[in-house]
Amino acid sequence: MDIHEYQAKEVLSNFGVAIPSGALAYSPEQAAYRARELGGDKWIVKAQVHAGGRGKAGGVKLCDSENEIHAACDEMFGRKLVTHQTGPEGKGIYRVYVESAVPIDREIYLGFVLDRSSQRVMIVASSEGGMEIEEISAERPDSIVRSIVEPAVGLQEFQAREIAFNLGLEPRLIQQMVRTLQGCYAAFSELDATMVEINPLVITGDDRVLALDAKMSFDDNALFRHPQIAELRDKSQEDPRESRAADRGLSYVGLEGNIGCIVNGAGLAMATMDTIKLAGGEPANFLDIGGGASPERVAKAFRLVLSDNNVQAVLVNIFAGINRCDWVAEGVVQALRELEIDIPVIVRLAGTNVEEGQKILAKSGLPIIRATTLMEAAERAVGAWQNDLTQNTKMRAV
Amino acid sequence: MSILLDRNTRVIVQGITGRMARFHTKDMLENGTNVVGGVVPGKGGETVEGVPVFDTVKQAVEATGADASLVFVPPPFAADSIMEAADAGIRYCVCITDGIPAQDMIRVKRYMYRYPKDKRMVLTGPNCAGTISPGKALLGIMPGHIYLPGNVGIIGRSGTLGYEAAAQLKERGIGVSTSVGIGGDPINGSSFRDILERFEWDEDTEVIAMIGEIGGPQEAEAAEYIRDHISKPVIAYVAGLTAPKGRTMGHAGAIISAFGESASEKVEILSAAGVTVAENPAVIGETIARVMGKAA
Repeated sequence: MDIHEYQAKEVLSNFGVAIPSGALAYSPEQAAYRARELGGDKWIVKAQVHAGGRGKAGGVKLCDSENEIHAACDEMFGRKLVTHQTGPEGKGIYRVYVESAVPIDREIYLGFVLDRSSQRVMIVASSEGGMEIEEISAERPDSIVRSIVEPAVGLQEFQAREIAFNLGLEPRLIQQMVRTLQGCYAAFSELDATMVEINPLVITGDDRVLALDAKMSFDDNALFRHPQIAELRDKSQEDPRESRAADRGLSYVGLEGNIGCIVNGAGLAMATMDTIKLAGGEPANFLDIGGGASPERVAKAFRLVLSDNNVQAVLVNIFAGINRCDWVAEGVVQALRELEIDIPVIVRLAGTNVEEGQKILAKSGLPIIRATTLMEAAERAVGAWQNDLTQNTKMRAV
Repeated sequence: MSILLDRNTRVIVQGITGRMARFHTKDMLENGTNVVGGVVPGKGGETVEGVPVFDTVKQAVEATGADASLVFVPPPFAADSIMEAADAGIRYCVCITDGIPAQDMIRVKRYMYRYPKDKRMVLTGPNCAGTISPGKALLGIMPGHIYLPGNVGIIGRSGTLGYEAAAQLKERGIGVSTSVGIGGDPINGSSFRDILERFEWDEDTEVIAMIGEIGGPQEAEAAEYIRDHISKPVIAYVAGLTAPKGRTMGHAGAIISAFGESASEKVEILSAAGVTVAENPAVIGETIARVMGKAA
């Protein structure tokens, strides 16, 4: 789960990481009022969306009067911010963060990630802050400092000092940097984060080490023990279909194509998408309905897949291991009857009791296109979709 | 002698009184697995499917001589159960549980390293379908009937995609020595590399099939190991060619977040290491048959 910048800053500041003074606003008027409360004569107005690259997309504005703040916010609120991380549909701006501008001497990159190679938490830092880590890796790989944390004892002070000195910080700043690193690690491990990124971490003209931006992601599997973090979820930043799926215990990712997929198991679901592509089509979604594949889950899955208006055919691929195909087939038939689906539906069943399952599909009298292998299923799905498309175009022409 | 388990392996089931665990205990017994007990704190003295339940893993090991464990414990408590097994002298543990916090798994792995290598428990999973040596024993939730006994060693991150591969092999009359699910989580007990090493030394295994997916470095690490240390033919398939970057595809570990983690990059790395790559999931069985010199 991702959270907003202002939320990440609040969380980190509770762990001793220094942040500039700032305040949240839900309207242009409130933003201007907040700026007056903060004082000073220069502020940064930042759109709160779950995506990086806000600056280049017009989501961050430097203002030096309340009027300017009002005008900047007027332009932001209600708009969809499209950055290189949001996809073409963008993310809605419903909150802005107003922050006092600070004089910047140096910008540092600081990231904490779960390193899958060492299977531990890794700290990645670079003296080239402000750029994205991908750019830094490509252009200035020599500037990157890495350190792995031993989980039994946590981040040690010497490690934090090493990072600080390797970044070329002056001795008078080392202690502040150590406190920042240890605060981030404590937040990461105590709150089950999967990522903490401060980019940039700045050294100000008056020798302060401040987190100018902050991003945090949390382990969905650990939210049960962090209710205060779970509360920070902002559904306005999620694909509505994906939130609905998550609320129903299904794992769904929306894509650009038009062949909907309903599959049991994550690996098989990806393999099914790949096969559709190979057969000349484009998958509309990833959907893993889990090992169970009960009739209720199949019906839920159909509803979810069909809520995407781009879907013009649905491919169901179920490998019944512990379940039986006849049971899954009944679920499919029941769902099709209830939902009165008028686009082609292709069903491929494999595993236990496959013959009985096929019989149930055949006997139902529904126009289900059956397939026995994965490749056949994908080819039939693509074929049926193209066929349907041609017919519809003809009808429109008439 | 197959890798990790055989007919003589004495198995306990942690969390045996749960609905799923009961069902699979029965299924494992029917598949010839020597299930000797179960563990649920506070339910010692009960029986499930004719096997005794104990309060602690140590008691179970003492009473039954168990050397392997299957963990069915819910996510918040699963890490604790795995550590309990490691401490009680269990030699091989499979964890089925999906949804264990990643940092719990970091602690589990750190804990397991307390023990010297010859006493250290082997863990596969979590979030996997388990391990099967067809005709010998099943330690997991896979349907036993889709596997024939044979000489192909399978290592996979995904459950049902592994079934798909096994079914394609069975269709061609090709059997499996052992199939090991390493699971779909970012922090897992054993990697492809760990299991490849076992198959290399296994007399029952002639060829090795690796079923990978997007996310993480383990396929690339395996490629390097295969190039330098594996003499047996290796066939691989990597799922997720159409998966977008930065999105979690069902498995917590199936997310492209760094260079080399996409399916096409993994395919390239594996091919360069001399691995025969099945271009799509429909031809996994066919590709293995071809490498084994059997008619496709």
